[in-house]
Amino acid sequence: MTPEVVEPGVKVRLSLVVNGERVETLVDGYKTLLEALREDLQLTGTKHGCELGECGACAVLVDGEPTLSCLLLALECAGRDVVTVEGLVSDGRLHPLQDAFADLGAAQCGYCTPGILVTARALLDREPHPTRERIREALSGNLCRCTGYLQIIEAVEAAAALVPHATRGPAR
Amino acid sequence: MSDGSLKVIGEPRRRVDGRAKVTGQTRFADDIVLPRMLHCKLLRSAVPHARIVSVDTTKAEALDGVHLVLTGDAFPIAYGVLPVSHDEHALCRDKVRFVGDPVAAVIAVDEATAAEATRLVHVEYEPLRTFAEPADSLAHPEPRIHEYGDEGNIHKLVSLQFGDVDAALAAADHVFDDTFFFEGSTHLPIEQHAAVGLKDADGKLVVYSSTQTPHYVHRALAKSLAMPAAHIRVIATPNGGGFGGKSDPFNHEIVVAKAAWLLDRPVKICLTREEVFYCHRGRHPVLMRFRTGVRKDGTLAGVDLQTLLDGGAYGSYGVASTFYTGALQTVTYDIPRYRFRGCRVFTNKPPCGPKRGHGTPQARFGQEVQLDKIAERLDVDPADFRLRIVAPPGSLTANYLRIGTIALADCIHSVVRQSDWKNTFRKLPRGRGVGLACSSYLSGAGLPINWNDLPHSGVQLKLDRSGGVTAFSGATEIGQGSDDVLVACVAEVLGIDPFDVRAVTGDTDLTPVDLGSYSSRVTLMMGNAAVEAATRARDLIADAVSRRLGVPHERLTFAERRVFDASNPSTGVSFQEAVCIAEAQFGTIGTTGSYTPPKPAAHFKGGGVGPSPTYSYSAAVVEVDVDPDTGWIRVPRVWIAHDIGRALNPTLVRGQVEGSVYMGLGEALMEEQAFRRLPARLSHALVHKFPSILEYKSPTTLDMPEIFTDLIEHPDAAGPFGAKEVGQGPLLPIMPAVANAVYDAVGVRIDEIPITPQKIVKALQAKAAGRDARYGPAAFPPIRWPEPLLVAPPWEGGDGRASNEPSRKKRKAEAGVEATAGVRA
Repeated sequence: MTPEVVEPGVKVRLSLVVNGERVETLVDGYKTLLEALREDLQLTGTKHGCELGECGACAVLVDGEPTLSCLLLALECAGRDVVTVEGLVSDGRLHPLQDAFADLGAAQCGYCTPGILVTARALLDREPHPTRERIREALSGNLCRCTGYLQIIEAVEAAAALVPHATRGPAR
Repeated sequence: MSDGSLKVIGEPRRRVDGRAKVTGQTRFADDIVLPRMLHCKLLRSAVPHARIVSVDTTKAEALDGVHLVLTGDAFPIAYGVLPVSHDEHALCRDKVRFVGDPVAAVIAVDEATAAEATRLVHVEYEPLRTFAEPADSLAHPEPRIHEYGDEGNIHKLVSLQFGDVDAALAAADHVFDDTFFFEGSTHLPIEQHAAVGLKDADGKLVVYSSTQTPHYVHRALAKSLAMPAAHIRVIATPNGGGFGGKSDPFNHEIVVAKAAWLLDRPVKICLTREEVFYCHRGRHPVLMRFRTGVRKDGTLAGVDLQTLLDGGAYGSYGVASTFYTGALQTVTYDIPRYRFRGCRVFTNKPPCGPKRGHGTPQARFGQEVQLDKIAERLDVDPADFRLRIVAPPGSLTANYLRIGTIALADCIHSVVRQSDWKNTFRKLPRGRGVGLACSSYLSGAGLPINWNDLPHSGVQLKLDRSGGVTAFSGATEIGQGSDDVLVACVAEVLGIDPFDVRAVTGDTDLTPVDLGSYSSRVTLMMGNAAVEAATRARDLIADAVSRRLGVPHERLTFAERRVFDASNPSTGVSFQEAVCIAEAQFGTIGTTGSYTPPKPAAHFKGGGVGPSPTYSYSAAVVEVDVDPDTGWIRVPRVWIAHDIGRALNPTLVRGQVEGSVYMGLGEALMEEQAFRRLPARLSHALVHKFPSILEYKSPTTLDMPEIFTDLIEHPDAAGPFGAKEVGQGPLLPIMPAVANAVYDAVGVRIDEIPITPQKIVKALQAKAAGRDARYGPAAFPPIRWPEPLLVAPPWEGGDGRASNEPSRKKRKAEAGVEATAGVRA
């Protein structure tokens, strides 16, 4: 659903579902989904690294598909279902991917992490037991400068296997 | 390494900030949104070198939504990270020195308006000669890019000699003479730099910034804005990757501070990716020449090294970078005589500075590739050759660096064994090869940037009746895990869980000074300060509990959140009760710890760069597949061993090793911070070839090899629980190991980084035509080196002083003036 005319400087009503909740807001027509999430909905968990679709930091799920939110106008998302990193926690518990990433060193600076987590979740939703090659392919558009990727790939495998992790103390 | 007496240290553990990072709750600088906040954009120069004739801001100021337009007039005071090169102004005043130099700033209601207004600022330039390459800067002293520096457009000339190198080379059985080039590369943190300035409710200045060095930003703000440092608060937000790229005080930080001060409203700036490429401060392109004398028995007689650094347009850390290209060659191998001459020139490109390994990877590449060539000529295995010349532990090098523990031989043995080196080196089919290289890195610089006698790191602890402990440290979390090190050290000493400790870090109002997250200094220096603070707290508590329970102080053990009698564990109290007992006895419980590195052994000018409390060591074997027709190169496996002393949290240590291997492979194979001239019919400007993540190639998940990491743990007395650095060292052997593996695979030497398929093909073509089977620089240019400072090595009766150095007293006085100038109100 695309509005016919967007006047400069005039905000447009936008209705969509974000992390399972219906959201009504007014946004500038030129804003990307990334900007609307961060600036209008205060969901700053989604990051930006280039705003040109090159780094993968801004990935969110739109109707379950990993999508670069910097390349999509917010208004193009009217009526659609958006999941951000803030929506991965359910019933007060971290998603197994989040526990695995935290336990196994998959997040160092943590800046690329939200985009990688939602991309990995989309993979596991579709393929609960992906091979290492499939994980590499699925995450090949998400750049990380800290980890060298191996601990990220291992964390996805660990979440997929749902094996208890070798850490001390309870998951928090 | 498991140690029975340690509970937290050495255990693989979720990092303390792990949950925040996987839930999106870590608040980075651009995540800060404040009421009434305005937005800033910088107008950057589109010409590489020009005098500013005039700046007209009238139209920009008139645009609806614009609150303020600033130019260089607002920033009369220069700043810079090193006291010897305060050569930057937040906005350019008299001239611009590279495409990207900021000329004006617009503060407006939103980013779009600010950006539109920058296009309405009219700047009239008078173009000056563009210096694109070091050769230009060496050939033309005029016009000078800066009015300071050793001569013309040479920023810095260094010349140091430790023993009679010429005699050593003349007496050597072989002299190897090789020239190498290492192209610049940039940090490419995924988070773009961002900062928010504001005047707080009390009327004091606050700056949030994605900086690795809040202390240096603090100093730069105080100096450049002429404000009392005590009324400025710098809060380093967690960095979304740093790698050295957020270690300088930046113009945009000073601009938003000034704007917020003038407007009394919060002002934010977030750089675009293109701006981040132009901010740079990354790896210097370095041309180098190694002349190495080798004796028949395969030991080294002496090394004569020359380096030429392309510094870009400003000083940044460049003087230190220059020294670092020649500092650490001697801490890996026994080099009895050594000469190092380095030259850094200014060019009209983004300034270079520190990137992971700061100044050392370039010359390490040359040294390790040359050792591979020497081993081949002497017909010895390169691993055995290196084992023969490894520097001895606890020794003083020719250039007066004190080596602590050195497990380099263990590292070499480890990768040789793991990679099945003896059955693969020179034995794989054409197109497949293995290469070996080694390295070393500082565990923190032994001397501070601003010369003074103050600690390099401080930690404060607050112990609470709740049983909770708060640890305050100026160190900055840049992803490396400094918060985790702080908490782990405190929890270990006090026998509590890391979850009981809250870390408050990187806030100049709240936390004691730590010099910053650079030079691999934080684990060792902050860790030692944390252990000292925690030990003092434990002693206080033990005193009080000892009296209450009637158990001798020395029998009390702190573990599992209890304080108890070691010989009768049921006699004891909970940690919380213990804190209350202590508070009742002594009043509020707070302790401090500090760390100051040992005094260096070097007493000559320039001897301040290189000393460290201890050095880490690494060895790596890299396997490559090279297509002999296309030169296409793939790395399937890497074996790396790292001398870590002790791994405080092995999960994080492994992450640092693998991340270093990753970044090293990026540099070895693809990353280039390269420049080009626009056509003359356009501006003829000197611009970045590809200032975007799409075209600046970096490795993805699909490019990464298998990595086999071995952590060699021989605790070093200098480090907390024996720990040494890991953030930078493991990157260093990767580039030369790749080059050596390419030679093993297809028999050509690529003496230049990055090693691209094109270069391999050219070298293969040269080989087929009967020419030198090599791709690399032809020669090192003649440079008029100054007379070297002559320092006799320790084994030739030296005392660390130069025999021909002029008046050290005068030098010291100058250094003192520089140090205080940085904090002048």
